[in-house]
Amino acid sequence: MTLSNPVPPGEGGADDLSVESATVAATARSPWYLRLPVVSHLRRSVGLQRGMLVTGLVLVIGLLLTALFAPLLAPYGFADTGVDGVKFGGQQPPSAEHLLGTTVTGFDVLSRVIWGTRTAVAVMVCAVVASLFLGVALGLLSGYVGGWLDRVLVMLADAIYAFPSLLLAIVMSIVISGGQSGAWGGILAAAISITVVFVPQYFRVIRAEVVRLKAEPFVEAAKVIGTGHRRVMGTHLLRNSTRTLPLIFTLNSSEAILTLAALGFLGFGIEPTSASEWGYDLNRAMSDATSGIWWTGMFPGLAIVAAVLGVTLVGESINDLNDPRLRTRKKRSRAQKKVAA
Amino acid sequence: MTTGLDTEVENTPASPAARPRRRAGGGLGRYILVRFLLIIPTVFILMTVVFFLMRITGDPITAALGGRLTPDQLAQRRAEAGYDRPLIVQYFDYLGGVLHGDFGMSYTDRTPVSEILTTYGGATFELVVYAVVVALVAGVPLGMIAARTRDRWPDAVLRVVAILGYATPVFFVGLLLKLVFSVGLGWLPVAGRISTRGELTMGTILNPSPFYLLDALRLGRMDVLMDVAGHAVLPAIALGVLTGGIFLRLVRTNMIGTLEMQYIDSARSRGVSEARLTTRHALRPALIPIVTVMGMQIAMMLGGAVLTETTFEWNGLGYMLAEYMKARDYVAVQGIVMMLAVIVALSNFVVDVVAALIDPRVRY
Repeated sequence: MTLSNPVPPGEGGADDLSVESATVAATARSPWYLRLPVVSHLRRSVGLQRGMLVTGLVLVIGLLLTALFAPLLAPYGFADTGVDGVKFGGQQPPSAEHLLGTTVTGFDVLSRVIWGTRTAVAVMVCAVVASLFLGVALGLLSGYVGGWLDRVLVMLADAIYAFPSLLLAIVMSIVISGGQSGAWGGILAAAISITVVFVPQYFRVIRAEVVRLKAEPFVEAAKVIGTGHRRVMGTHLLRNSTRTLPLIFTLNSSEAILTLAALGFLGFGIEPTSASEWGYDLNRAMSDATSGIWWTGMFPGLAIVAAVLGVTLVGESINDLNDPRLRTRKKRSRAQKKVAA
Repeated sequence: MTTGLDTEVENTPASPAARPRRRAGGGLGRYILVRFLLIIPTVFILMTVVFFLMRITGDPITAALGGRLTPDQLAQRRAEAGYDRPLIVQYFDYLGGVLHGDFGMSYTDRTPVSEILTTYGGATFELVVYAVVVALVAGVPLGMIAARTRDRWPDAVLRVVAILGYATPVFFVGLLLKLVFSVGLGWLPVAGRISTRGELTMGTILNPSPFYLLDALRLGRMDVLMDVAGHAVLPAIALGVLTGGIFLRLVRTNMIGTLEMQYIDSARSRGVSEARLTTRHALRPALIPIVTVMGMQIAMMLGGAVLTETTFEWNGLGYMLAEYMKARDYVAVQGIVMMLAVIVALSNFVVDVVAALIDPRVRY
């Protein structure tokens, strides 16, 4: 395992190692794609954990595929209220033409749910990537440089962190878009609003790790031999402080979807004619529910649940599998049970 | 875990080994004082950030009335309200006002924001208290069950339930509850805090409090009490589910830890019953993290309250916030946001103090 790591994943490396003992050969022979993060986790998982991971993966892949092929899957456009001049009609119950019915404004619910995956995925990716880079960079800098910069940044991050994230996102969306906006404007506004909420989380985690690592002998050694600040930060500190990132990363992805939906629900999202957004649809469905019309709210809501659930399950499982205590203890207890049986 | 802990570390020079020893023993009073003083910069930073953010896009009057008035009229209104002054002057003016408890005047209905806060704050408080009760009543026992049945089917089911609770947005839970219990079964009211008839009876009470349940108790009328309680059930569940799921997971993880401790084995060997082991010996230490996480939960619950109140037309701060946002009344929005920030900062302080009282390791 350790031997194969420095060797670039190619045939040469695998051939050399195939003469090793059986277990080593088994891991070494496994091609590079089996050693990718999620795939290797899947191989390591057992029982309930594997079930959770697989369910999560299925949901996430489903979400991504739906987003990718939305134009092919959706029977109508997200802002279509009729076809060839014939109106769909508002609040139609599910039927052959409209599998999930139509909304009060006469949109096809199924089409809006399908197109909504695009908005959700776009916001999720933008928000998480932006906050990851910003938060990690600030955390590294703050932890490494220390002093006044560190104090000010920590103060700011703590203040923002203590603040209800939804309120902050609302304030940010007012600032960025003044409320309603078009497709990309709205997606970016939502993504930036969410980024502001997330940056402190990455910042805190990375900074705490960097402060701890800074005192480690290997960092001091690097400094002694004259390594530049940038290299110490980029190599020695960054690589060692990213352990917990995958968990925050997935948690934030799911939170991004929830925040986007919440903003939309409160009427601070994207205009319904420029992109489909589940939160907005749920907002419009609230009054329908009172009169017993369930299909307008049920399906966008289920879409949110499925998307968040998928991402959360993947994150949780990877976190459990990465935690050596949780993992080994599980396996040992299993092994003991087998022995007893 | 809490903000208090992390900020506290900042104030001491980096010598982790020496720090706890130097301040060990007592120091609770000092800790509380330092922790209390730390509220001030937090609130101050938030106010500054929110104030300048809200002004980047322009003044509240243009936001509320832009397009409806001629530029001249607009300029006149702005001058009247003092929005033509330099931003920094406005900022200090605002800060001065806040120090005197004056959060500004809402633009659409000309109500002082402080009055909005006292009128509607109580409703939000009531809702959050109910939700915390729901979360504790549901989360703690279920977490105990999950920990006791670790890796067997009840645990698996409960873990999935907890994740589902997290994955379902408050307003969707609200929608489902409404569909089932209000529209479908007709057991509970769809929205609001009280029925119109109940409100009329309630109007007879002298100096009413913002808490309907208290007022109903004071009235001593069973029908009003049931009315108020009935209206509270669905919103409390909708908001409580999310936090309940988090409590469930916390209790589970921590109890799994404490159940493996040696003192549990020793208690068991002394003949302590399994039930008592679970509910007392293992549960108590597992509850400490709940107290600390509670601080963060309050911030999250206030965010959730905004959504719950909008879903159930519960006349609280969150509902008003959404209404003022729709009206683009950014003075009121800013005021409510600030107030909520103060509440969060204060409750974090209380939670940290409680945590320090329970667990001496928290203080330095």
